[in-house]
Amino acid sequence: MDTLDLARWQFGITTVYHFFFVPITIGMSALVAGLQTAWVRTGKQQYLRATKFWGKLFLINFAMGVVTGLVQEFQFGMNWSAYSRFVGDIFGAPLAIEGLLAFFLESTFLGLWIFGWDRLPKRIHLATIWIASIGTMLSAYFILAANSWMQHPVGYRINQEAGRAELTSIGKVFTNSTTLVTFAHTISACFLTAGAVLLAVSAWHLKRRNQPEVFRPGLKLGAWVVLVSAVAVFISGDTQARVMTEQQPMKMAAAEALWNSSAPASFSIFTIGTLNGNADVFSVRIPDLLSLLGTGTLDGEVEGINNLQAEYEQKYGPGDYKPNVAVTYWSFRLMIGFGTLAALVALVALWFTRGGRTPRNRWLWLSAVVAIGLPLAANSFGWIFTEMGRQPWTVFGVFKTAESVSPSVSTADAATSLIVLTVLYGILAVVEVGLFIKYARAGAPEIPPDTGDESQDRPLAFAY
Amino acid sequence: MELTTVWFSLIALLWAGYFLLEGFDFGVGILLPVLGRDNRERRLLINTIGPVWDGNEVWLIVAGGATFAAFPEWYATLFSGFYLPLLLILVALIIRGVAFEYRGKRDDDRWRRRWDWCIFAGSLVPAILWGVAFGNIVRGVRLDEHHEYVGGFLDLLNVYALVGGLTTLVLFVLHGAVFLALKTDGEMRQRAGALAARLAPAAIVVAGAFLAWTAIAHHDAVGLVLFIVAALSLAGAAVATRLRREGWAFLATGATLVLAVIGLFVTLFPDVMPSTIADANSLTVHNASSTPYTLKVMTWVAVFFTPLVLLYQGWTYWVFRKRLSVENIPA
Ligand code: HDD
Ligand code: HEM
Ligand code: HEM
Repeated sequence: MDTLDLARWQFGITTVYHFFFVPITIGMSALVAGLQTAWVRTGKQQYLRATKFWGKLFLINFAMGVVTGLVQEFQFGMNWSAYSRFVGDIFGAPLAIEGLLAFFLESTFLGLWIFGWDRLPKRIHLATIWIASIGTMLSAYFILAANSWMQHPVGYRINQEAGRAELTSIGKVFTNSTTLVTFAHTISACFLTAGAVLLAVSAWHLKRRNQPEVFRPGLKLGAWVVLVSAVAVFISGDTQARVMTEQQPMKMAAAEALWNSSAPASFSIFTIGTLNGNADVFSVRIPDLLSLLGTGTLDGEVEGINNLQAEYEQKYGPGDYKPNVAVTYWSFRLMIGFGTLAALVALVALWFTRGGRTPRNRWLWLSAVVAIGLPLAANSFGWIFTEMGRQPWTVFGVFKTAESVSPSVSTADAATSLIVLTVLYGILAVVEVGLFIKYARAGAPEIPPDTGDESQDRPLAFAY
Repeated sequence: MELTTVWFSLIALLWAGYFLLEGFDFGVGILLPVLGRDNRERRLLINTIGPVWDGNEVWLIVAGGATFAAFPEWYATLFSGFYLPLLLILVALIIRGVAFEYRGKRDDDRWRRRWDWCIFAGSLVPAILWGVAFGNIVRGVRLDEHHEYVGGFLDLLNVYALVGGLTTLVLFVLHGAVFLALKTDGEMRQRAGALAARLAPAAIVVAGAFLAWTAIAHHDAVGLVLFIVAALSLAGAAVATRLRREGWAFLATGATLVLAVIGLFVTLFPDVMPSTIADANSLTVHNASSTPYTLKVMTWVAVFFTPLVLLYQGWTYWVFRKRLSVENIPA
């Protein structure tokens, strides 16, 4: 393996890892804020207990999101210095703005929320979690604007002399059609993920008849959030597929392993075979669906890999412009598949708990608990699809991955970094999951009666 | 003022802010095993920085992002060139950040001791390495004509840079001790104050040596003035710690850090990373910068949002202004 391969593995591993925590943070901060609002509005203890319980799980998750984000910020410069030089004029801006507008907001107001229970008036304290939640969404918007620019560069020109891309319109970068659909799809997916967390943890407790006053509403809330988000995810994903077919037709062709252009194009649910364009051994196909996904009409033409390869050779010179077809093909299906499964589980959970019922079937509960992993997997496959499907480019049509890597970083250094971070992340995963399970099992805390103690040395309401 | 100068100054301010703020929380982390004798005391120390450490760390993230946006060449050269030290810093910041959140989540002494160690090491390593990094930036490194770093890891461990590392270490520890004297009450306040008073002379010697060395090597007039004021302010901090004037002492160590960082940037200007191979290879605010358009956009963003950030971060410090003592730590 050379520095390039190592850098790619590191980017993939660290980013997918970062994105396990991010969706939970984005979705749960808003749900916790909602629960706290319900408490402030109604004064009902069960909402306060729910806020504290889900809030704790949210914070265990948040810590990991923060520290893994730090690696993301640094590694563009460390492993991808040639890329950074080439695109910094454009790409750096959203990153810097993200820090200034979003990360400061998130970290400061979350600090206020965690430690402010007895220091701030009720309503101001409630405002802090809302502001932190808005911060997480702003952060998603800016980083997705940066990423979308790599998928579909706009508002720039190439300065041959300086050998770099230069920004000509920040407005175009921030209103990039790709950014808008990606943001809608990603945020919906984040809520789906957070909903599944509520659903799964609540199901675990309901199976044991634990604290139904907190976990029955938790289950319902989680399941509804999953269902509504799933609809939003499907609609935005459908839009995104159309935008993508137009902007990166090769990605769509690879997503279907469609080697030759066809109209109308069918969509395979799965394929047994090599995906190399020769003969499928077996596949289950839905006629016209790919045309519908990609073009919005039943008989629209979808371009094939071979046709696009020829076209790109003409446009960009000789080279291989095909992404890894197997990865692209399967990650697309797994994203959709796992997400759909999560939605089904939510539907089933709602059905069986309708009208106050609590069924005794073990398998039912088990499947609801498993639901926590489904959207996490769907998210990872979604990103692997997006990023791998863009290859061989880092900036589509403009800058290749092979040119992006740091020339001054030795293979040994890159390997050290990859190994150190992977091992560290592995250890932290064990710790995080252990704590998450411990606190999820502990159930919602009882709220001690207010002692009315206003003295100087009363214990803090919250302390590390 | 040219926009490149504006952004050079803004980045200097971001680093100054970072050293001022995360400086004391690194200091608290390093002092954890020294001042925290039992679990309750260690919790007290951690809770003095609990609500603010993450916000403080964002100064670093924004400094990094701003460098990327305003001087991409600098970001690329610096981060790929200082590869292994940065990796170490990252690992340190990762274990430290997680440790604050997870330390108290299990009632188990072994568990807590492990995380205490993470907080200590995670604070110590960056406290030294940031100084080493800045020492090397000011001193200059081996950059070829493509602005790529061609030196090795060991080149970064020269005496000057190591003195720089020692300087940030003692300054952060002192700053942290002074902060604790200001933020705690009871016995801890006394102990932290006494420790600060004992540390101050050492800080004067080390930091004085580093700043004098820098001033002599670069004879930059403005830089020299800033270094002198920084040194005076450090002497003031020493006096204030003796007199147990905690507020003044904190102001003084803070001013020392800010002035020293700004002095280093002034000394550096207009270079951002000088090359020791040939002057022509040096990265400067001109050849490392983004286009005027990008700088203009970023300037507007900074003009609107920086005051807002300062306002709400300032408010956080106000909300949590009360001194803490062990009695405040729930059993
Ligand atoms: C719970 C997670 C989840 C679920 C159920 C889905 N997606 Fe998705 N998808 C993501 C989570 C995700 C993601 C991780 O958030 C991605 C990665 C990049 C992005 O924008 O969102 C993504 C990317 C992504 C892309 C790539 C965009 C690009 O590369 O430009 C397309 C075309 C779709 N999705 C389409 C769909 C469709 C048609 C779905 C269902 C019918 C669907 N997604 C379900
Ligand atoms: C959080 C969600 C993301 C995930 C899970 C993700 C995943 C990946 C993966 C798996 C790769 C490796 C692909 C390969 O090497 O073939 C990759 C590459 C890359 N991605 Fe993403 N990505 C994400 C978001 C982003 C964002 C937001 C950006 C930019 C701001 C970005 C920029 C890059 C770059 C520069 C590469 C390097 C080129 C490469 O290795 O191919 N990614 N990403
Ligand atoms: C590869 C590109 C990325 C970079 C450089 C990056 C950078 C960072 C950094 C530095 C932090 C820590 C902030 C703190 O200290 O408070 C962070 C956290 C966060 N990031 Fe990322 N990130 C990337 C990808 C993403 C994506 C794709 C999303 C969302 C769609 C995202 C959303 C968040 C959120 C919501 C947080 C704060 C919450 C948490 O820590 O869990 N990030 N990121």
